[in-house]
Amino acid sequence: MVIEEFSWGESILHKLDPRVKIIVVTLFSVVVAISDKYSVLFLALLFSLVLIITAKLHLKQVLRRLLVVNGFILILWLFLPFTSPGKTIFSLGPLAVSREGINHALLISIKSNTIILASIALLSTSPIFILIHALRHLYVPDKLVQLFGFCLRYLQVIHREYVKMVNAMKIRNFKPQTNIHTYKTYAYLIGMLLIRSYDRSKRVYHAMLCRGFKGEYWTIDHFHLKKSDMVSAVLMLSLIGGLLVI
Amino acid sequence: MMKAKHNVLINLKNITFNYPAGTPLLDKLNFSLSKGERIGLIGSNGCGKTTLFHIIMGLLKPLGGEMEIFSKPRTNEPDFQEVREKIGLLFQDADDQLFCPTVEEDVAFGPLNLRKSHDETKIIVKETLENLGLTGFARKVTYHLSGGEKKLVSLATVLAMKPEVLLLDEPTTVLDDSTTERIGKILNNSDMSYAIISHDLAFLKKTTKYLYRLNQGQIQKV
Repeated sequence: MVIEEFSWGESILHKLDPRVKIIVVTLFSVVVAISDKYSVLFLALLFSLVLIITAKLHLKQVLRRLLVVNGFILILWLFLPFTSPGKTIFSLGPLAVSREGINHALLISIKSNTIILASIALLSTSPIFILIHALRHLYVPDKLVQLFGFCLRYLQVIHREYVKMVNAMKIRNFKPQTNIHTYKTYAYLIGMLLIRSYDRSKRVYHAMLCRGFKGEYWTIDHFHLKKSDMVSAVLMLSLIGGLLVI
Repeated sequence: MMKAKHNVLINLKNITFNYPAGTPLLDKLNFSLSKGERIGLIGSNGCGKTTLFHIIMGLLKPLGGEMEIFSKPRTNEPDFQEVREKIGLLFQDADDQLFCPTVEEDVAFGPLNLRKSHDETKIIVKETLENLGLTGFARKVTYHLSGGEKKLVSLATVLAMKPEVLLLDEPTTVLDDSTTERIGKILNNSDMSYAIISHDLAFLKKTTKYLYRLNQGQIQKV
């Protein structure tokens, strides 16, 4: 399973304190999401693009990720122009395309791409477990951070169990076809995966109890803000502030 | 032979257990472990060896019988929280045991739960990893480790709590010969009392003094 493909690197953004990155992305996303001016949004998009370039990421992989997001946005383009009330620009048979609809769809497209690009540049350039630490240091509720951590840890395990079962099917010459046998087999696969995951979660909880778990979860790593972190933080936050003012 | 009472760490009397809709697994089982005792536990697959360990840790509740651990009767959750501070259980599957992002945090989890300070914990983590030949593993991400490495780190998480008693559930199944030998040496050089479930008779011969067999819900000395 490929995750964290961007997290190891040598760029300035890779070395930036993850707490700074999380705060910047959060504020930036809010500012972009509530803004309706094209001038602000284009500046924000520019900011995201600069970040991507600074992070020295593999552009092809970045585009691949953007493609996934824009798949969803495409669905919006299929509906919004036709369903939003407003001034009709032109008609496609019985369907009227409204200016407001197009405007709306365009805004959503720019906003989502801007936010996703900034998240890729800032968040995926840290290993996930470091982000988890950073969230704890930013006083995100413990339960949420734990959920995040467990998801990460056991997604891998469950994925491995899935691969094991698929391999077990393959070596006995299973070929998916359009018949009851295939559907039944997939149903068993999903059912087994659910049951195994549930059992696994019980065993993990037992293992935690055995080591004296009473609801508290600890962090032993601590971050130290460097001068460069402070400078980057001030720079990026003032840019975001600037976006608000325009 | 009567054992001096204060030396008996774990004493199970007439323990009965079965899983829902299953045949009786443990049937009026008696078992005791004294200070300094080192025993191996063998038995066929599915005979209840792991279940027995989980009952001792209070993870499963027996249907009948009495349990006395560290000279006190143990019935409810607070009783067993006390037990778990002094008995370390190594799970069969290391993926059940390791849940923290990094090795360091996983090993530190137990000691921190025992209210050790952060500084003390750091020293314990370092020493434990060194003892197991895992120097340099502290910052590694647990899900990137190999099967054998995961097993060793699991053992480290248990040893870091400095337990008086160890219950090891098939500790050597995924380990190579040299690592198995190293674990054997660590066990032999420790002053812990322990019980080991294993099918590896050679390993049991090196690390334990007595062999017990779990068969049809009862334990007999071999």
